[in-house]
Amino acid sequence: MTPDLPAIFTRLRAELPAATLAHLRNPGPSGQDSLLVAPACLVAVCQFLHDSADLDFDLLSNVTGVDWPDPALTDAVALPAEGSAAAVGGFLEVVYHLYSTSRRVGPLVLRARSVDRAEQVHIPSVVAVYRSAEYQEREIFDLFGVKFTGHPDLRRILMWDEFLDHPMRKDYLAPDDYQYEPTPHDAVLEKAKQHYPATSES
Amino acid sequence: MSLVLNKSMEHPATSSRAATPPPAAAWTLPGIGLLKGLAVTATNMIQSYYRKDRMTTVQYPEERATISPNFRNFPFLAYDGADAMAGLRCTACLICENECPPKCIYIVLDRDENGKSLKRPKVFDIDVSVCMNCGICAEVCPFDSIYMDGEYELSTTDRFEGLLFNKQRLARSTDYHAQLRPLEAAEVAARRKADEDKKLAAQAAKEAKAKADKAAKEQAAAQESELS
Amino acid sequence: MPELDEDQLLHVSLGPQHPSTHGVFRMNVLLDGETVVSLKPVFGYLHRNHEKIAEGITYLSSMPFTDRLDYICPLTNNWAYAQAVEKLAGIEVPERAEYIRVITAELTRLINHSAFVGFFLGDMGAWGSALMYAFREREKILDLFEDLTGARMMSNYMRFGGCRNDLPDGWAAKASVLVNEFPRFLDELENLVTGNEILIARTQNIGALPKEALINGGITGPMLRAAGVAYDIRKVEPYGIYDRFKFRIPLGTTGDCYDRLMIRLLELRESLAILRQALDQLPEGAYIHPKAKIRNFKPPVGEAYARIESPKGELGFYLISDGSAKPFRYRIRPPSFINLTLLEDMCLGLDLADVVLILGSIDIVLGEVDR
Repeated sequence: MTPDLPAIFTRLRAELPAATLAHLRNPGPSGQDSLLVAPACLVAVCQFLHDSADLDFDLLSNVTGVDWPDPALTDAVALPAEGSAAAVGGFLEVVYHLYSTSRRVGPLVLRARSVDRAEQVHIPSVVAVYRSAEYQEREIFDLFGVKFTGHPDLRRILMWDEFLDHPMRKDYLAPDDYQYEPTPHDAVLEKAKQHYPATSES
Repeated sequence: MSLVLNKSMEHPATSSRAATPPPAAAWTLPGIGLLKGLAVTATNMIQSYYRKDRMTTVQYPEERATISPNFRNFPFLAYDGADAMAGLRCTACLICENECPPKCIYIVLDRDENGKSLKRPKVFDIDVSVCMNCGICAEVCPFDSIYMDGEYELSTTDRFEGLLFNKQRLARSTDYHAQLRPLEAAEVAARRKADEDKKLAAQAAKEAKAKADKAAKEQAAAQESELS
Repeated sequence: MPELDEDQLLHVSLGPQHPSTHGVFRMNVLLDGETVVSLKPVFGYLHRNHEKIAEGITYLSSMPFTDRLDYICPLTNNWAYAQAVEKLAGIEVPERAEYIRVITAELTRLINHSAFVGFFLGDMGAWGSALMYAFREREKILDLFEDLTGARMMSNYMRFGGCRNDLPDGWAAKASVLVNEFPRFLDELENLVTGNEILIARTQNIGALPKEALINGGITGPMLRAAGVAYDIRKVEPYGIYDRFKFRIPLGTTGDCYDRLMIRLLELRESLAILRQALDQLPEGAYIHPKAKIRNFKPPVGEAYARIESPKGELGFYLISDGSAKPFRYRIRPPSFINLTLLEDMCLGLDLADVVLILGSIDIVLGEVDR
């Protein structure tokens, strides 16, 4: 059962007057609208949704990152909040899917956005409220480069510790110096030859 | 230590066994459970000497397991007629190359000296060391040109060239397809025949119409000349 | 907790090449004698960035890659992905296709849970017998899959709006025979397992956590139900046509390793019940929606999250479409990976030998954990 988002929205407005929230509409046929939450009040909103006896969103099922390098695209896909200006230069977004196991309601979709994609990529960690975010936030840190403030153990999880880039970003360039298996029409072979002109065959 | 069924989710029983708690709940003579398990393994061992359904090993290559006609391995290219290269159905449209998940298909369109497309592949390579046998190429092909083969003994001593199949290596007659998957081949043949008939009929109608038009025109011209 | 002498602690790197880790998975364990003081899982040995690959190819092209997530259960992975795309694009699925999906998914559950019992006994030291019996039965189901999908494991069978091909002639009859013969194997398996004193001594009161902790940790599937939480997506959010079948959700009481084992044995019986009903009711009709597009498929702009009850837990797909032929964002919610969140909590204070059992009881597949 999909949650009644407008009701939850008004409820949150009443309970947490300081929180900055916006209702984002989903243009597609799935009908899963989302709540845009300002990073500053994310933990408080999650805490309220978790503790409130009648809402009781006790299961944070899925946490994931999205990279929006192009603000124009963001406007087309995830409609911007009413009255807010589109961010310049893109941003990173973290999406949370919450369920209630007792009321069998979900998914309640929360989104939090970073200021930009380079320096101000901090979003507070919700591990203190939902333990299930622990590894998933580490994965987002690893693959997207979102820095979760307050995470107990923020390390790379899938890539190795010495790895520098964030592969899930849209502008990530795949390396071309890995060990390749030459096939006669392999683009990788061509790239590798450029990379190592001295070692390539004449 | 008993398992219970949640009342709110309970439905009328469809299997009575599932509702009974496991035997571990009751006190049994120590060692009985272990002996029961050993009896199972002993039965299995003894039965593996004479019971057909327990003798599951097939002595390959002397014996071969029967393989389903739907089994798919690597793709092949279908051709009509006797000459494989002339009869290839492939038009080098690149749909399979674009849809191929691991990008193992490589096609170059053949052109004449004026750069006009000849609607046939100059190069059609499949790197079977990359191919993952998914069958999407066969599914998306609008020209009934590519199908999945069932051949599986493809070992080679050359890891790179030996596993790169060119269009000569990939070409298989439509008779081979009919033998491999009679149902699918018959369906395709019937559909192609219907399309062909339709095309022929359309062409015949067009010709007839052109003929009629011409005749009418001639008649009109004749009438005109008569009048003048 | 008494002060630990750093010099007395022993570091054990369990894995990545270790048979009991079910693949390439490593645990950095800190031991005080035999007792686990700390346990840090290390992931990523099988990481291939499936999500990145999927964002560079068409929607249909990702279908065969989903087979390789949890390679024991490719058909449920196919279903989860197909369902997410159907939600994203608003595609209807014909009734016969829904039945075929339920039948293949429940057969997959039979494979997964019976193989689980074999692997779990292997973790305990009873390597071989139970696993071989499970694999013998699995082979019969894989023969059915090969007949239907063309491959034993890498099925690539579901399509957006139905299935790739119809059931071959006589397939349903063969499946019915298998379903009717399967209980005999289950009896055998239960005789082998339940009541075995060694098994009870090794598994009871091992690895249990309170319900609230499990829900908070995102644990789903048989792991959660073993602790007594009635949460099965087939019941709470019936996808497909699961609301038409009568089946029960077995629940455990304590959530220890023994309960986790028994839950799977009981779920096998319930899957057989679903299979019997589905094979009886199987209607005639189209196996794919007539307007479903294979070539040039472009879902409208929007996003969708869809999930199913895979044999391992909640398997979800989250997709964002920007209206092009490739997904803008493609995310898998892998049950195996998230079920490992509380691994350390379950193992603390137990012996090293119990760690192997607890990991086995979570039922992970590294293809899905590392993606």
